[in-house]
Amino acid sequence: MKRMSPYKTISVVVIAVLAVLFIFPLYWILTGSVKDAAAINAAVPQWFPLAPTTDNYIRLFSNPALQWLFNSVFMAVMAMILTCITASMAGYALAKKRFVGKQLLFSIFICAMALPKQVILIPLLKEMAFLNLHDNLWAVILPTVGWPFGVFLMKQFSEGIPGELLEAARIDGAGEAQTFIEIVLPIIKPGIGALAIFTFINSWNDYFLQLIMLNSRTKLTISLGIAKLQSEMSTDFGLIMAGAALAAIPIITIFLLFQQYFTKGITMGAVKG
Amino acid sequence: MNKKGLSPMQKALVRRETISAYLFLLPALIFFVGFVIVPMILCLVTSFFSYTMTEFRFVGLENYFKMFQDEIFIKALVNTVLIVVVSVPAVTVFSLWVSSIIYKLNMAACSFFRCIFYLPVVTGTVAVTVVWKWMFNKYTGLFNYVLTSTGVVDQPVSWLGDSKTALWCIILILFTTSIGQPIVLYISALGNVDQSLIEAAEVDGANDMQVFWKIKWPQIMPTTLYILVITTINSFQCYALIQLLTSGGPNHSTETIMYYIYYQAFKLNQYGYGNAMGVILAIIIAVFSALQFKVAGKGND
Repeated sequence: MKRMSPYKTISVVVIAVLAVLFIFPLYWILTGSVKDAAAINAAVPQWFPLAPTTDNYIRLFSNPALQWLFNSVFMAVMAMILTCITASMAGYALAKKRFVGKQLLFSIFICAMALPKQVILIPLLKEMAFLNLHDNLWAVILPTVGWPFGVFLMKQFSEGIPGELLEAARIDGAGEAQTFIEIVLPIIKPGIGALAIFTFINSWNDYFLQLIMLNSRTKLTISLGIAKLQSEMSTDFGLIMAGAALAAIPIITIFLLFQQYFTKGITMGAVKG
Repeated sequence: MNKKGLSPMQKALVRRETISAYLFLLPALIFFVGFVIVPMILCLVTSFFSYTMTEFRFVGLENYFKMFQDEIFIKALVNTVLIVVVSVPAVTVFSLWVSSIIYKLNMAACSFFRCIFYLPVVTGTVAVTVVWKWMFNKYTGLFNYVLTSTGVVDQPVSWLGDSKTALWCIILILFTTSIGQPIVLYISALGNVDQSLIEAAEVDGANDMQVFWKIKWPQIMPTTLYILVITTINSFQCYALIQLLTSGGPNHSTETIMYYIYYQAFKLNQYGYGNAMGVILAIIIAVFSALQFKVAGKGND
């Protein structure tokens, strides 16, 4: 190992300071959520909550906050399961099968991915109204599953399946479904893990799509619920921080638990196909 | 493979494989066509209509002409381009710098920093935005406390209420929520740079700067390109921050195209006009991405 140069040492110190600044908003949410009104509005900020209180959380749960949390979980889990099933099947076909229209289909997936997905929200809302799904969590779940990133990611992972294994299975007389379940799935399992966690977090945080599709108070997700509280009581920062903490803690916990998978998903998705 | 040279048996095999491939693709295709392709086509088609709650009438290119006489749209376009032009280079350079330092640290330190810089992304736009809104608050916010008590400013500043500062506040928050993914990508790309080339260069007496620019930089170019494109797309679509912080104000100074589309479509029910702006936004993003490929791809191959 070489000795660290002065430039490196200074850089590491600067990055450490920046890391503290980056983590600070999160600290401010958590501490703010247990401060009383006096501490929130104090002219000199309390860097550390001196008299912690659960009052903000009590007021938060007088709103349907648990229902919002449940809605978010339901939405993210459903989007995750459906995306993993459809994308692993499609990714495998795109990577390992030879068929008419393969190149064209893959190009369409890639082009669609480069387009801004938010611009299709207006027609999407009309479509959901037509399907009688307006103000329904499925109106958020279905478009999330349709987004082609998962297919692309699973194609990347499926490229690594050895052709000989598939060939051997075919000679042994295994059917398509059997080959997929017994040979392909175990090999691409890490990829599915990456896609699962990626879809869960993205769907949980896709505020704009949720905002367009969901209206009534009991149908909101936790993100929408917090935004709603903010628009109704814009200066009750204690209450809003409690809501932000409730929204952030589950998703951060999941991220920290499955971090390796997640990092892998991001990096694999970037490799040019 | 050349189709003409195939025997009937091989043809049957190809047909069988094509059928099974499409069966595997079918579930994904249903969702993709139903909820991505169909709305895309609807978006394009209805952009040629005057389409409101009560009306659906073909107007040709009228929506597109109207847009460029709409002062707020022009303002939104300028703001959006400003956000992109500031945040994309800032995010790319900063994340490259951070990654190039921390990827050489030991594994634990590297994943620790990577995790910290990724946290604002995971935390979610709404939670992040509400706490920043509080920190920017004129009376109870941290920024004014720190700046007045250290004497940097003598009067509390209305950060989000002043058209001179509001957009910069938004760019700052956008920055903190945008660098997580590029850092993850750069760390992985830098770790994959061919170590033998670096060692060979060091044996030849190249210093750190030369090693970086001559060896690492060309090898991480595809990653840089990918980061430029995704950061551009994300910055162009900046919406949630605006809606939660300023609602486009004061005096349209933080209006972005995405926010204005939403305003026209869902507040004024001007669906056709909103879709036309969406089409233009998609074209602008495509042009920006193509430019980046052209500029960054140069000298790469």
